[in-house]
Amino acid sequence: MAVLVDKSTRLLVQGITGREGSFHTKLMLDYGTKIVAGVTPGKGGSSVHGIPVYDSVEEALVEHPEVNTSIVFVPARFASDAVLEAIDAGIELVVVITEHIPVHETLRFVRYARYKGARIMGPNTPGVISPGLAKVGIMPEKVFKKGKIGLISRSGTLTYEIAYAISKAGLGVSTSIGIGGDPVVGLDFIEAAKLFLEDDETSALVVIGEIGGDAEERFASFLAKGGFDKPVVAFIAGKTAPPGRRMGHAGAIISAGRGTAVEKIKALKNAGVRIAETPSQVPQILFKVLKYLR
Amino acid sequence: MNLYEYEGRLLFKKYGIPVSDSGLASSPKEAKEVAERINPPYVVKAQVLVGGRGRAGGIRFAKTPEEVEEAARRILGMTIRGVKVKKVLVAEKVDIEQELYVSFIINRGSRTIDLLVSPLGGTDIEEIVKERAESLLRQEIDPLLGLQEFMVRKAFKHMGLSKQLYGDFKVLVSSLYRLFVEYDCELAEINPLALTKDDELVAIDSKIIVDDNSLYRHPDLLELRKERVRSKSELERKAELYGLSYVELEGYIGILGNGAGLTMATMDLVSYYGGKPANFLDIGGGATRERVEKALSILLENNKVKVVFINILGGITRCDEVARGIISALEKYGAKPVVVRMIGTREEEGKRILENEGIHVLDSMEEAARIAVELAKG
Repeated sequence: MAVLVDKSTRLLVQGITGREGSFHTKLMLDYGTKIVAGVTPGKGGSSVHGIPVYDSVEEALVEHPEVNTSIVFVPARFASDAVLEAIDAGIELVVVITEHIPVHETLRFVRYARYKGARIMGPNTPGVISPGLAKVGIMPEKVFKKGKIGLISRSGTLTYEIAYAISKAGLGVSTSIGIGGDPVVGLDFIEAAKLFLEDDETSALVVIGEIGGDAEERFASFLAKGGFDKPVVAFIAGKTAPPGRRMGHAGAIISAGRGTAVEKIKALKNAGVRIAETPSQVPQILFKVLKYLR
Repeated sequence: MNLYEYEGRLLFKKYGIPVSDSGLASSPKEAKEVAERINPPYVVKAQVLVGGRGRAGGIRFAKTPEEVEEAARRILGMTIRGVKVKKVLVAEKVDIEQELYVSFIINRGSRTIDLLVSPLGGTDIEEIVKERAESLLRQEIDPLLGLQEFMVRKAFKHMGLSKQLYGDFKVLVSSLYRLFVEYDCELAEINPLALTKDDELVAIDSKIIVDDNSLYRHPDLLELRKERVRSKSELERKAELYGLSYVELEGYIGILGNGAGLTMATMDLVSYYGGKPANFLDIGGGATRERVEKALSILLENNKVKVVFINILGGITRCDEVARGIISALEKYGAKPVVVRMIGTREEEGKRILENEGIHVLDSMEEAARIAVELAKG
């Protein structure tokens, strides 16, 4: 088993005719993801890597009612419209790869999704992969091996780094979820962790956080309430980041002394989370906690 | 993008939020001229984007334009938390009965816009909130519905102001909300909001942070941003021109990575092994050879950088493109010791390109970090 995406995933690609959309459609197809349709307004009737393209989500769904997931590659200025269109059409999971979406637009579509019972991943996420089952994202699949570790991360390449360390150590991943590097995102650490809690095939969780905001602190207080009985290992990036400067991600900024790595690590430790100081310590700690479980 | 107090005041004015009379000056003489247009007494305030300027002596009071000139002379050029003061605001000193607090802020947790009010405003707001949490009222606004009047009524009641002020308060809070949404703010704060001895509400200070991703639709702010860029270091300006995320730090090991998280983790690792990172530099995803060349040129031109540590985990970024960029940067901008760690998409090709030029490529990020630190110390 896995969470969010698996063999039953039927994917729609929004922005399929663009450079990124088309490139990653090919890679996802090669991985075995079931892509059934694409959308680019004005490009209906064409096809990309054999996938039919429609002018709207609605039209795509008439022909392919089995679609349950969408991935959005639409450029930032038009992305919000595309996400709203997907939610409106009743798609359950919308994975928003696009970076640089205005934060107020994200606020609105995340809220709309809540009313419509849809789930938003991102924006600014590398997506989600259940190794061996489905990849809905832009991550290099090579670093992800199938296994029993659930991965949740605010970052892209750092996730790959840690997935690579996990694979090299002989462990693997059930599902890896990128929640996104923006200040406001849909699915957060807590909601993602709850999905893993329900998943019998996930025996431990790795959480990859970074400076800025309070997502890790909120996750820590969720854990501190108790009831989460799977071990959690965390790595937090940005110990050496200076305050007041944006470190790449829109969400990664220490403001007024809040959101530092030190604070996050302290909160997580207090909630019983084991902290890895370097990426390669993650699998070492996993071995310890998994052995203890057995 | 953080706005200066005077920039925030201009936005307040645009939205009909009452502010005290004021003007901007970059010399003592100019400050005096501004004061001559405004009613005494005066307050002269350093315009910096860091907190704690009052305690640092960046705020002075004056009774006459001559005193304003003297106050400006003392404030201009002083350094507050590492930032040099280049401009002062000269404002009419309002007769304050009570200092209040009003702000709108994006709540990342609940994904709402929150209205925060407190009858105890002023510079010590953070300590006040810590000691008397009940003094701060937080209301979550549904971003699809917007600010509702019942929330304004609740906020007003919490403030404990006399009833005839409700109309003014409602207009002020609604205007600030409109500004917050229309200018794509992450934070719009009036602190203090003064209740004057004449029973008027006047904004005394502003703190506004605008979402960087939304700047494209605010041409007025884009103009201001251009001026900001001028005050950065030469290399930071260059990076901005190239569209690279670059932040200078105190150390001597240049860091170049792909992806914000990985680049930060690379800095942390260098520091873990006893080195000091000189910068944060993220080439982003899918960087071309030209982009890598430009990025690396910044580190090669930075005299503080003794060793460059390049950490690439290729996904959409292709190792061969990165390798070609590294080679041409080293040819054009002169060589420095470079430690390269590179895995992922087209790794073999990338390694071959670099090893042909005598650059050894490592697989392990930890090992590469250790070597970079040793090289820098050696």
